[in-house]
Amino acid sequence: MRYAETGYYLEIDLATGNIEKVESDPRLTELHLGGLGTNVKLFWDRVPPETKAFDPENLFIISSPLLVGTPAMSFNRTCVTTISPQTDLLAYPMMGGFWAAELKYAGYDKVIFRNKSPKLVYIWINNDKVEIRDASHLKGKGAVETREIIKEELNEPNACVAAIGLAGENRCFLASIEQGRSSASRLGGGAVMGDKNIKAIAVRGTKDLNLARGAEFIEHVNRAQDYIKYRNANPIPGVMTILAGIGSPQEMVHTDERWHTENFMWGNSRLRRRGFWDERIGEEWPRIQLEAIKRLISCYNCPQHCGALISFRDTPRYKMKCFTKMTYAMAAYVDELEFNFRIAQRATEYGVDGFGTPQILAFAVELYEAGILTDKDFEGCPKDKEGRFYWLLDRMVRREGIGDLMADGLYWMAKRLGPEAEALEHNTIKKHEQLPLKLGTLDPIYYLMYTTNEKISITQIEGNWPQGAFPTREMREEFVRDWPQLPDDHFKQYLLDWNPRGENSIPFFPTPYMCSEIVDWMEMLHNIDDALGLCCGMGSFCLKPPYHIHNYPLLVSAALGMDIDEAGLKKIVNRSRNLHRAYNNMKGMSRKDEKPPADHWKRRFPELEEELLSTYYKYKGWNNDGIPTKERLHELDLDYVAEELTKRGILKDGED
Amino acid sequence: MAKIKKKIKTITVDADKCNGCRSCELICSAFHATPKYSSINPARARIQVIRYPMKDIWLPIFAGEYAPAECMGREKYLIDEKQYDECDFCRAACPARDRFKEPDSGLPLRCDMCEDEPPQEKPLCVQWCFSDVLIYEEREEEVEEAEEVDEAEIGLKSLVDKHGLNKLAETFARMTQKG
Repeated sequence: MRYAETGYYLEIDLATGNIEKVESDPRLTELHLGGLGTNVKLFWDRVPPETKAFDPENLFIISSPLLVGTPAMSFNRTCVTTISPQTDLLAYPMMGGFWAAELKYAGYDKVIFRNKSPKLVYIWINNDKVEIRDASHLKGKGAVETREIIKEELNEPNACVAAIGLAGENRCFLASIEQGRSSASRLGGGAVMGDKNIKAIAVRGTKDLNLARGAEFIEHVNRAQDYIKYRNANPIPGVMTILAGIGSPQEMVHTDERWHTENFMWGNSRLRRRGFWDERIGEEWPRIQLEAIKRLISCYNCPQHCGALISFRDTPRYKMKCFTKMTYAMAAYVDELEFNFRIAQRATEYGVDGFGTPQILAFAVELYEAGILTDKDFEGCPKDKEGRFYWLLDRMVRREGIGDLMADGLYWMAKRLGPEAEALEHNTIKKHEQLPLKLGTLDPIYYLMYTTNEKISITQIEGNWPQGAFPTREMREEFVRDWPQLPDDHFKQYLLDWNPRGENSIPFFPTPYMCSEIVDWMEMLHNIDDALGLCCGMGSFCLKPPYHIHNYPLLVSAALGMDIDEAGLKKIVNRSRNLHRAYNNMKGMSRKDEKPPADHWKRRFPELEEELLSTYYKYKGWNNDGIPTKERLHELDLDYVAEELTKRGILKDGED
Repeated sequence: MAKIKKKIKTITVDADKCNGCRSCELICSAFHATPKYSSINPARARIQVIRYPMKDIWLPIFAGEYAPAECMGREKYLIDEKQYDECDFCRAACPARDRFKEPDSGLPLRCDMCEDEPPQEKPLCVQWCFSDVLIYEEREEEVEEAEEVDEAEIGLKSLVDKHGLNKLAETFARMTQKG
């Protein structure tokens, strides 16, 4: 019997319609756990790195990571893995919701799609009965609309449906996969799903999921639950509201948005709107938000309230989370929050990323104002800010006119328009849109996180370490006093010695070596979460979370019946992380690509940045070009990877 | 019939507070697994969150008594402008639907308030609801003594209702002979 996982993959060849239930190799679980870890291994084994996103050989894996469906709270993430059309690297957009748990209960850990369907289809997984069904009647339908139609026609209100909207059908690189209150939005997962002609994947499961040592598992879960209650009752003092609690940013709960509206850069990451949160906005925005939210909701088996059912006046209902509540209004310089709740509904039905899309719409406006896009490009476009955004969004998801340029994201749009546009494109890393932030002095920790992680999105890398130094010694002492999540006590001293300015402040403190330790720790936590399926809001993404390096191994051991200690767990996730790195290295990624936008910080320190990167690479066991060394690969039982990298000339003999 | 003191256990459901997480379903199925917590399957839960998210309906319902036949008529409820479908509020495992039945055998499920030895402080669904949707209370009442029907008997009765006593007896005899 298999524990925590079902031990089965569903393999679907979309070209032939062949569906197979295949037993997975238990050794893979020992080597890579599940979720992202085993997905990366499947790509290494099956998909040559020359494969492009829209090649039939590209796999589209949608998976339920190792601890999803177990009683451990907040382990509910779906991990999609595919080659990104935007970056040509191996991407893993993730989402919360209910889909992944339902897949486990249906008896599968992953659904692996290969090739393309000749016509638009949806997949219906009902325990052992799996069907590829015609979806021609769903063509052009919204993602939310599709979900409701499918549940209705299957007469199965409890089915979980992950669907794409028009953006995915038209292979927009910003297309999301929508499900429950969640979406897998980054790096074009929805575009690959659309390219394979999959409109939706519906699943219903009523089977048992087994635990090896259930009673022991529940004891560990109970302790984590006690800590969840403690943290919900005891927010961390001295940090901004959304960092004080746990869970993904509680943006549906909090209404005071002075910090975000005034500190992020709006439009095309261009303008910081100091003084924006005035008396009128401060009264109106919270009122509109509270009016729009019908109910606060969560993902599967999670006690938090990160999402919301939105019911705003005559706008059809939809669900929302995080900063989508303001990104469109702020990017458009529209000061009415009403506009945001309306356009976000359309964007959710289209199925687009709520972070990247507003930046692209704003970029198009900026290019028009700069004369790079012309009246001809904007023919038929309303003149008002709101109408312009709707018009641009409609063009983008249909790839009509300039929408075809926009649909590929900031980097490719600028590249296709030429040097003048490229000079205005200033918020991508490795061709992917970033948070709209422009700051003062280089932050060495963020420098490493931004540049080196395979997720290519800061919100999925940062977390357990405070974003900035506490202003007083007393606050630092208070913070480190109760910090059981730390992998090692010596980190406390780093925090105690870290000042907001003067001696021991950024950019030179923490030192490059300390930064390497901190970033490596945080990245490892994210990799654990992505293999186990934990929402990073309850683990790697927040300060003092309920799950950490000291209790993950206890949960994994009790669930699997396979004793793993902290060192063992670290080794497993390092193995998967380096395998992922090596795969992307084979796709051409190296040190040359690991750069933040030139203006991300006003005050840059080129020599220090080089030192940071070199120190971090050395700490990770990578060579100076960012490639894992043979020694490192050998330590992680990845000699076959070293061999392949050597064969391809990416690693050279005697060059470690 | 003799009067006895009976502990009445009540769970008040404040459905408007439900965040839809379904932890109640999950832990119910794990608690009732054999051995305890060895498996999870919300379809086996004796509490089900009836959910129509876009209608703003998340309604936790507990499995009640088994019903051998479906109702003669159906009701729809309109509460606070939300229309609840037929059978949503019904606690019975009945022939009209799959709810509150073991997914493999079809045997009916019934909430037992997590009777346990030693006793649980509260039913597990209540312990696992962090949103205070499920509020547990106990009180004592004097009631007439009635014969308790155990779960095996309820299950057998449902099979008798479905297949008839003769068919069930024949099957039971055949299975007994096979050992």
